[in-house]
Amino acid sequence: MAYQFDFAPVLQHSDLLLTGAAFTLALTAVGAVLGIGLGIVGALCRAWKISPFDRLFGLYVEVIRNTPFLVQLFFIFFGLPSLGVKMTEWHAAVLAMVINLGAYSTEIIRAGIQATPRGQIEAASSLALTRLQTFRHVVLRPALTRVWPALVSQVIIVMLGSSVCSQIAAEELTFAANFIQSRNFRAFETYFVTTAMYFVMALLIRQLLMRLGQRFIVGRPR
Amino acid sequence: MSLVKITGLHKHFGANHVLKGIDLEVAQGDVVALIGRSGSGKSTLLRTINGLETIDKGELVVDGAALHDGKGDLRALRQKVGMVFQQFNLFPHLTAGQNVMLAPTVVKSTSKREAEDIAKEMLLKVGLSDKFNSFPDQLSGGQQQRVAIARALAMKPKVLLCDEITSALDPELVNEVLAVVRQLASEGMTLIMVTHEMRFARDVGNKLIFMHQGRIHESGDPKTVFAAPQTPELAGFIGAVQEA
Ligand SMILES: Nc1ncnc2c1ncn2[C@@H]1O[C@H](COP(=O)(O)OP(=O)(O)O)[C@@H](O)[C@H]1O
Ligand SMILES: [Mg+2]
Repeated sequence: MAYQFDFAPVLQHSDLLLTGAAFTLALTAVGAVLGIGLGIVGALCRAWKISPFDRLFGLYVEVIRNTPFLVQLFFIFFGLPSLGVKMTEWHAAVLAMVINLGAYSTEIIRAGIQATPRGQIEAASSLALTRLQTFRHVVLRPALTRVWPALVSQVIIVMLGSSVCSQIAAEELTFAANFIQSRNFRAFETYFVTTAMYFVMALLIRQLLMRLGQRFIVGRPR
Repeated sequence: MSLVKITGLHKHFGANHVLKGIDLEVAQGDVVALIGRSGSGKSTLLRTINGLETIDKGELVVDGAALHDGKGDLRALRQKVGMVFQQFNLFPHLTAGQNVMLAPTVVKSTSKREAEDIAKEMLLKVGLSDKFNSFPDQLSGGQQQRVAIARALAMKPKVLLCDEITSALDPELVNEVLAVVRQLASEGMTLIMVTHEMRFARDVGNKLIFMHQGRIHESGDPKTVFAAPQTPELAGFIGAVQEA
């Protein structure tokens, strides 16, 4: 006998799914802003060899890029309380995402900074700009412009990766899906809808971020 | 009193002794043409004058801003000295107007309105008042170089350094840039320029410096020096350039 598809038991919980999706998007938004911010600082320190922060960021990047996101999350949520650092599941989730995205974006943005033609930095120096002024006004925007598509892809990877935050009971989209599936035992239908929702969210975020980048970073019509 | 005074200046790149004791005085309103073979140290000399290269030994004073054996306030020096580069080096994400406004607003904390007025004035001076909102990649090489001149002038430098500013240009664009420099010279701007335009050096310059192997080998009034070079090296150089 063929399997009878029935989506009604899933759609009946659409409020849970939508709430979960909203939390996933909120996590991603906060994680992206803070993570890219951290990445800009890390990339500056690494690209311009600002001692001793360049080596500290180097170590941080290596640790994060060579360990699983789920373990990083568990370490923050279950491990840190042993040192007296307790936080809610949401704070742990955001922190893990910021730390993870911060490491990857440090490397991505660093490549953008290092592609700055020497002559532009010399021109800024000859105009008496300080190093920090040169970074902020001359280097940063073209560097972000160069790597923006890669950064956007990384934000989406982190958004999809946030599904593991369900493991610490942060009630985001995957948590909602697991909950619904445990009630109606409609695994195929539940995860089919959930997959579609992640897919649509990823497409929308890419569109949105590419547009925002064009408007505020590239800052000129094509 | 001289505006720029360089005494016993030495510069090494590793084991390469590039400037071997330069003594040079430039007065207010002088137009100095710096010539010499490739590798003789012309660019390095210009770059030390606005602190892009450090000095190993010697003294450099520009209008009171001094470096002794490489120590001193670099930013004070750079505010007195403007520089225009062979490769223009405009900031690609900023319009021509924003390129000119950037340093006054950021370095001198000039208000945006005032900086905009300065930028308009400087772009007008280089004949580009209609290009305020154009991005560098929408301009020809000659126009980009004129924006670069306007950008340097916006900081009201006491002396403007030009390092082969027409060498990257197509021949038909050279004259529009030289015309701007000629205009600046006639207004009394102090200029030190590395150039391969010998006729320009002779017509516009009031002082010619021939560099050879890291030293000032010969110098004097351009017309006299060109007419009767005193050293075989300069005579050979002039001959080689004229054949080209
Ligand atoms: N940044 C640098 N590092 C090492 N050597 C340099 C550097 N810049 C210039 N030189 C060397 O210094 C010498 C003089 O160069 P430069 O001042 O550019 O000469 P010019 O402008 O007269 O052609 C050359 O031998 C060149 O190779
Ligand atoms: Mg040179």
